[in-house]
Amino acid sequence: MARAFEVRRQRGFVTVAILCFIALYAPMVTLVAYSFNAGSSLALWEGFSLRWYGAAWENEAVQEATIRSVVVAVSASVLATAIATMAALGTTRVPHYRGLTAVYALINQPLMVPEIVTGVALLVVFAIVKEATGYHGLFYLIAAHTAFCIPFAYLPIRARLQGMDSRLEAAAADLYASPWAAFRHVTLPLMFPGIIAGAMLAFVISLDDVVITEFVKSAGQDTLPTYMLGQLRRVVTPEINAISTVLLAISVAIVSIFFLVTRKRT
Amino acid sequence: MDQDSISPARAAETPQETPAAQAVPAIDVLNVSKLFGEGQSAVRALDDVSVAIGENAFFTLLGPSGCGKTTLLRLIAGFDHPSAGQILLRGEDISELPPNQRSVNTVFQSYALFPHMTVRQNIGFGPKMLGWDKARIDRTVTDMLALVRMEALADRRTDQISGGQQQRVALARALAPRPKVLLLDEPLSALDYKLRKEMQTELKRLQHETGITFIFVTHDQEEALTMSDRIAVMSAGRILQIGSPREIYLHPRERFVADFIGDTNFLAAEVIEAGGGMARLRLAGGGEAEATVPEGVAATGRVTASVRPEQARLVAPGQGALTGRVAGRVYFGTDTLVTLRLADDSAFTLRVQNSLTDGEPPGEGAEAGIALAPGALQVLRD
Ligand SMILES: Nc1ncnc2c1ncn2[C@@H]1O[C@H](COP(=O)(O)OP(=O)(O)OP(=O)(O)O)[C@@H](O)[C@H]1O
Ligand SMILES: [Mg+2]
Repeated sequence: MARAFEVRRQRGFVTVAILCFIALYAPMVTLVAYSFNAGSSLALWEGFSLRWYGAAWENEAVQEATIRSVVVAVSASVLATAIATMAALGTTRVPHYRGLTAVYALINQPLMVPEIVTGVALLVVFAIVKEATGYHGLFYLIAAHTAFCIPFAYLPIRARLQGMDSRLEAAAADLYASPWAAFRHVTLPLMFPGIIAGAMLAFVISLDDVVITEFVKSAGQDTLPTYMLGQLRRVVTPEINAISTVLLAISVAIVSIFFLVTRKRT
Repeated sequence: MDQDSISPARAAETPQETPAAQAVPAIDVLNVSKLFGEGQSAVRALDDVSVAIGENAFFTLLGPSGCGKTTLLRLIAGFDHPSAGQILLRGEDISELPPNQRSVNTVFQSYALFPHMTVRQNIGFGPKMLGWDKARIDRTVTDMLALVRMEALADRRTDQISGGQQQRVALARALAPRPKVLLLDEPLSALDYKLRKEMQTELKRLQHETGITFIFVTHDQEEALTMSDRIAVMSAGRILQIGSPREIYLHPRERFVADFIGDTNFLAAEVIEAGGGMARLRLAGGGEAEATVPEGVAATGRVTASVRPEQARLVAPGQGALTGRVAGRVYFGTDTLVTLRLADDSAFTLRVQNSLTDGEPPGEGAEAGIALAPGALQVLRD
């Protein structure tokens, strides 16, 4: 009897799968392992120690970059989520209008334009603005991060809204809720998991951005990833591994929560 | 008593100004039209519809799919606005008010219960939005839970209860703010047969106990006949006839109404003489018969008349208005459907009640007479 094609039963499938997983995870395992190296080599194991975590913790440059990263990521993800929420409402909770598809494409533009192009474009524009205003603060970084975080915040919120029965809002209106009350008591609570998911995704994306930050930051405005990049050009110690491991742990934690929040209740 | 009528016949139906006829109807739909789209491709979902629906009535909109039932309900609820005409709620024009400013509530076909709230919170939503004080809300919710017998499940989330229970919660939620009118758009169509029968009784009881006007939409004629005080039969965006179930069933004015509700026999005929709401017809199937002529139907020349299968009796050949030859019998337990072929080769079906003493109706090929109950034959508007 003919059996349906099943990729799992093909010869060599298991081998290929295992090789893929090794390729994906071996570098990370190595990275994490050497963050605990007692010696100062990235390649030579000299015993277990937490010294590089301590070094990173006490390194003032790391402290500064970390605070900056968090400030930028929190500000950018909050702003991006607020904008994305409005954009999601404006593209799902309205009758179809001409140009809706175009609006959708525009919102998701940062997903399609190469990061390096966005980086160069922002560099040019902000240079003009900096020249004109004389302001060199953190605002440029926050603005840039907000911009490229919007689609990441937008997609989960939009998905949540699309899966939501619009008759619920009609029912609320029918039961004497003003448009604002219907939004506050029905739409908002139901879209909330989408908003949380969008914010977390935006936070992670902002936290590990290198390319655009490199182009936009002023002197002395390193974020953690650009600081690490800068360090790599000089002395490389397992301190870098330690910082990377912490970043990895934070990202994994947030993305795990993201999946828990967006998972459909069964 | 007679507060429901369509515009052409309104004057005729209320000859004197009785006190009841003067009372303001709960809902008064005045010459309402609704168009979707523009220009050539526009769809006329409602075409000059007028209907007055009295207080404390179980009123049903009955019609085939796409005839405009939901559209009319949406206009009354405020989800849409009429292209022309007016809708009055107790005499007040509400045509342009948004849904949250009309004392009209809807039971949605999909129930549309709020999934993030408990049964209790769902029922309390309307009163809360109306700004009632907490004690009054609590009292209302408790009353409503008792009314729909859902006390035991009050603190469940709405996705943790069955379809029939969700239906009850949807009803309680819509009734809680004590609307002047309750709209129900095919609320029973998602339920299985047994639950459906149960909810039909339940709905009748709720209407009776609350005294709120129910406007009920269905395309199930049996449901309409058993539940309604009055029925409006709709087709292609128009209301064809309004009346009590009995009037609609026994005295359909139009061929469509006669055909849509129950089984019926259509007889081609020619008018011999007419007057005083009656006409003498020469039937194409042979014989002559007396028929009633409804208001607004012209009885001249060739017409179509109808008679229900249970309003005719089998008699000896030569007696009765018509004579035919038995072409088939179908046994249904309580009764037997007998089909006869008439002289003009048209078919005529009658329903013979089975009884132990009368014996079987005549078998296939036998000749038989058909007697029509007085007043059962009715001239139709085509
Ligand atoms: N939003 C709309 N846009 C365009 N046409 C519509 C719209 N809503 C309804 N119609 C059309 O209006 C007509 C009446 O629709 P309506 O939904 O009122 O029918 P219905 O009697 O409720 O039918 P059903 O029994 O299938 O629910 C149909 O021809 C329908 O296609
Ligand atoms: Mg409908």
